[in-house]
Amino acid sequence: MTQAFRVAGGAMLDRARPVSFTFDGVAYGGYEGDTLASALLANGVRLVGRSYKYHRPRGIVSAGAEEPNALVGVARGPGRFTPNLRATQVGLFDGLVAMSQNRWPSLAFDVGAVNDLAAPLIGAGFYYKTFMGPDWFGKNWAWRRVYEPAIRLAAGLGAAPSEPDPDRYVRYFDHCDVMIVGAGPAGLAAALAAGASGARVVVCDENPAPGGSLLAETHAQIAGERAWVWLAEALAALRTRPNVRLMPRTQVFGYYAQNFVALCEGVSEPELIADPDLPRERLWQMRAREVVLATGAIERPLVFADNDRPGVMLADAARRYLHQYGVKVGERAVVVTAHDGAYRAAIDLKEAGVKVELIADLRDEASGPWPGTARAAGIRVATKAAMHEVRGRRRVEAVRLAAHPGGMRTISCDALLMSGGWTPSVHLFSQSRGKLVFDEALQVFKPGASAQRERSAGACNATFGLAKALAEGDAAGRAAASAAGFAAPDARPYAVDGAPQADGGMLGAPLHILGDRHAKAFVDFQNDVCVKDVELAVQEGMRSIEHVKRYTTTGMATDQGKLSNMNALAIAAVAQEKTIPEVGLTTFRPPYTPVTFGAFAGPARGDLFDPIRRTPIHDWAAERGAAFEDVGLWKRAWYFPKPAESMHEAVARECRTTRAAVGLFDATTLGKIEVVGPDAAAFLERMYANAFMKLEPGRCRYGLMLSEAGFLMDDGVIARLAPDRFHVTTTTGGAPRVLAHMEDYLQTEFTDLKVWLTSTSEQWAVIAVQGPKARETIAPLMEGIDLANAAFPHMSVRDARVCGVPTRLMRVSFTGELGYEINVPAGFGRPVWEAVWRELEKRGGCAYGTEAMHVMRAEKGYVIVGQETDGTVTLADLGLDWAIGKTKKDFVGKRSLSRPDIIAENRKQLVGLLTENPNVVLEEGAQVTEGATPPLAAPALGHVTSSYRSETLGRSIALALVATGRSRFGEMLHVPMPKGPIRVSVTSPIFYDKLGTRLNA
Amino acid sequence: MLLIPCPYCGMERPELEFRNGGEAHISRPLDPSAVSDADWAEYLYFRSNPKGVMAERWRHVSGCGRFFNVLRDTVSDKFLAVYRAGEPRPPIGAEGSSA
Amino acid sequence: MPDAAVALRSPLERLALPAGDRFALAETPPAARFVFRGGEAARAACSAAFGAELPARLGLGGERERRAALWLGPDEWLLIAEGADSASLGAEIEAALVSAPHSLVDVSHRQIGLLVSGPVAARALSAGCPLDLHLSAFPVGMATRTIFDKAEIALWRRGATAFHVEVWRSFAPYLVAALAEAARGAPEG
Repeated sequence: MTQAFRVAGGAMLDRARPVSFTFDGVAYGGYEGDTLASALLANGVRLVGRSYKYHRPRGIVSAGAEEPNALVGVARGPGRFTPNLRATQVGLFDGLVAMSQNRWPSLAFDVGAVNDLAAPLIGAGFYYKTFMGPDWFGKNWAWRRVYEPAIRLAAGLGAAPSEPDPDRYVRYFDHCDVMIVGAGPAGLAAALAAGASGARVVVCDENPAPGGSLLAETHAQIAGERAWVWLAEALAALRTRPNVRLMPRTQVFGYYAQNFVALCEGVSEPELIADPDLPRERLWQMRAREVVLATGAIERPLVFADNDRPGVMLADAARRYLHQYGVKVGERAVVVTAHDGAYRAAIDLKEAGVKVELIADLRDEASGPWPGTARAAGIRVATKAAMHEVRGRRRVEAVRLAAHPGGMRTISCDALLMSGGWTPSVHLFSQSRGKLVFDEALQVFKPGASAQRERSAGACNATFGLAKALAEGDAAGRAAASAAGFAAPDARPYAVDGAPQADGGMLGAPLHILGDRHAKAFVDFQNDVCVKDVELAVQEGMRSIEHVKRYTTTGMATDQGKLSNMNALAIAAVAQEKTIPEVGLTTFRPPYTPVTFGAFAGPARGDLFDPIRRTPIHDWAAERGAAFEDVGLWKRAWYFPKPAESMHEAVARECRTTRAAVGLFDATTLGKIEVVGPDAAAFLERMYANAFMKLEPGRCRYGLMLSEAGFLMDDGVIARLAPDRFHVTTTTGGAPRVLAHMEDYLQTEFTDLKVWLTSTSEQWAVIAVQGPKARETIAPLMEGIDLANAAFPHMSVRDARVCGVPTRLMRVSFTGELGYEINVPAGFGRPVWEAVWRELEKRGGCAYGTEAMHVMRAEKGYVIVGQETDGTVTLADLGLDWAIGKTKKDFVGKRSLSRPDIIAENRKQLVGLLTENPNVVLEEGAQVTEGATPPLAAPALGHVTSSYRSETLGRSIALALVATGRSRFGEMLHVPMPKGPIRVSVTSPIFYDKLGTRLNA
Repeated sequence: MLLIPCPYCGMERPELEFRNGGEAHISRPLDPSAVSDADWAEYLYFRSNPKGVMAERWRHVSGCGRFFNVLRDTVSDKFLAVYRAGEPRPPIGAEGSSA
Repeated sequence: MPDAAVALRSPLERLALPAGDRFALAETPPAARFVFRGGEAARAACSAAFGAELPARLGLGGERERRAALWLGPDEWLLIAEGADSASLGAEIEAALVSAPHSLVDVSHRQIGLLVSGPVAARALSAGCPLDLHLSAFPVGMATRTIFDKAEIALWRRGATAFHVEVWRSFAPYLVAALAEAARGAPEG
């Protein structure tokens, strides 16, 4: 098909650059600068979509972000598919592939259209009342098994893409002094004024070309120049200013507290192709000192029967298609209006060769300059009009209407242009929490008191007319600049000629539509809400406009009230016999227009989703084929399988080797805090349950940290390096929490203490050497230390040198074997590890991972915070109350230890569990019960916290928290599982080397 | 994202640098052993959670590291006053209850 | 001295750092680093011993002859001494501070320094750092602890288009990758 509806003009087009595209598989031509919508119209395509609920044929209604019908999917190659784009905002590019939505099998023949016939059954609120019962197969059976799956299948508009998106998305924080939203006449006047002050100014516009209404302004002269010329000069002036940033194709979609504004900037297809480094979209999180809202207004549809037929379009949209894109929207047009602006559209269309059959004005009279000009141009005008019928299903063929003079008539036409007046775009103002006020004279909601540092200018402030918009924009720009602390320029007068103001408008539906249960007079095209649906909602008891909105779904989805809000509100007001302000307005919520998931996700996917923290020894482990597990953000070596070895076999070998000879373990991820100052010991006395005052330098203690509520919060070895210096270790995951907890008490409760905290978690690589041959393994590498048992016993710390590198050497164990932890500066971690490894290999040792570490510590009954504990477990529960410094008057958590629920006798206690069948390994988290088949809802005695196959003991072992567990040693209990109960006996949680002789070897 | 005035840095800084520390002026009893079980439970678990002006703690954890107190209107999210830990709660002006 | 086989390793050693005209990343030279904490008396004594002034408040870093002291908090400073031996420098400072309670902790290996430079350096940093990095708000010499997305950093402006970033070593590869990604196709200005 050729571009039969293309005419001369079209300020946006580059006629030297024709492009081709497809829509539902059919190839069409257009020009660079077209939108998908303008190109479809140029090619005579009128049917572009199917409505959400009734699947009615729909056409393009608007020329902007408010488009409710022309939602399409756009593909740009594999993985690059975006559903639900408004064709009016899709820039045309060569090779674009677009497809219609919500139809099957095709747009022209859509099976779902039977819904249109079933409309009486699926009116407002049908979700809430139609789908009750029958409960034949249990409560809510029909809903769960029949209705909900069917509705889910039918619901939704576009299909989500199924492949990963290959495009890049980035996001930046940014700051400016003056943020101007909208680059129409008011926004540009504001930008010129604020820019002249030297302030950092950002001007955004959602469209590819800034200019707003000026882009279609054919009559007006500004300061003696054609509007287009003025626009070009204004943009050129702004572009020369280094302090002004002009951002086209940038949607301001959210306005948050303290002038935090969210912008989504699109990058055009030609730019993307030209520069592969460019992202598809940029999300800007902008903090603005001052904001100027110049977001314009949106033309309102009229409400009449079958006002949704393809070919029914907003009057000013038709004018914009003509002037911006060189497209006439039909050959024979009828205009129906309650606003003078539509006359202007009629005049322009007539000049372009469109036959304008009639302007039918709903008002009693049509006076003022624009109706006068229209009449003078020979266009027939009739008033007191009432629309009765729109004929044609997939496109308008004729309208039947009554008007004076002439009475009832039927007029053939292929375009029906409508205007109900203009609704200020107050979305962002409302998001900023500003209070809207209703202007009785203009019948609009407009910005009232500001909640933030912003001001509105132009049509969004209900200041209509070019001259007034420019003046108000200039004033707003100057006000914003001076409020941001800059010297604003003098007011700049803008003389405007040739564009008289257009007035008028109506809200709601005309009388003959109200109460008509048969008319399909749409209030919300996108959500298929008719006048009768709003009335039904009120009749069924919805009073609040928020309830009406939810019951009918009006103003939801991408519409967000752009087209439908005011008409729905007026109809609800009439139905309730209230005024519009009494009924009130629904809340505007971000985003103003849909934003892609890509923009929100930005770079946070794959390796950049979260930091991946690796120890200095990580690569060594990776080179040896270690399997890793995630522990918080850390990657930890889990086990080191030899070729063809299973995880189970590897872990068994690692445990066996460590217990028999020596094992090497990367403990770098442990948290470390250096506590320094004259009151360091006193501080630790208060923060930990243990006593520290008498701990000698060179000695270590197993520290237990309680929350103030008395529960175990963290644990770790604490080494006293000097009278005023401690090296505190924490769990891997607990490091930031413990430091914050300590800082909290130090800064806000124990302010009398002279002590300071510094995280050293990453200063040290920690190389754990464990096993009977640990001493002889490290001895050849150590200098400046006597490793003999007497000189350096269990739980000691010394400064020494390893491989010539300074080390804090600790003799500690988490395996129950003779063990050392070699702390070396992290940058030397890998070479020292490798040196130890060479010594270890000579002695038949191996590296072991976190799994073997877990098994070996469980064999010894050592708890892991977060595994044996869940924030409700006390030291007494764990059998660790021996560690409490009994003589201390106070420490964090002490007072809670005498609370009634903490000293209660039936608390769960840590025990060991041995399965009757030694080969059965219990599930961690499984419940422990008294009987084999406990009655339903009987509380369990406790649960399994850790469970492993122990190579050392040749059987499975488990730790569990069981009510009064320590009095149950020897008892048989049960662990009920889906395949039947498992019998277990209760034992001590220490399975191996109960006396600790290996530890002290 | 809020901007939070930090009294130690002397400037407003982005919320992402801060952690909220819950209600302010909940002092740990000087001698917990002298406190009844009921009063201790009150100290541990009970907070006022007001609609309107609330004194709360913030820590500029990824900035200067300090805890401090603010008066914030929980309806408007506005910071009405900011003061250092240990200082008394300032009296609220007429704008304090504004929503 | 470390044994011959024991060479210092960097968490960035396997990464290709961007080195273009618009954007470049480089690891700063090895340095002794300390976190110094203490009151006003300790601050004054430490300034004298360290050789560069520990700033009394948030603002410009104190800097003198390859030694810099950055204000992190009212009782907390980051000391960076390029090329210095941390053991001997630490001992010198401790010796000068016997009478003033304080905490001096060696963090030379806890973190690394990254020089972020080029016309889009500030823009790339602003991908994760919510501070206003415009020269008028964050002048040359300004230093502060802040965040870059999910990593905590210390940020020190060295020039109109150059920043020194200190980051914990396990977060460094993430920071490098995130900055490189943010710089790619970033608009200048």
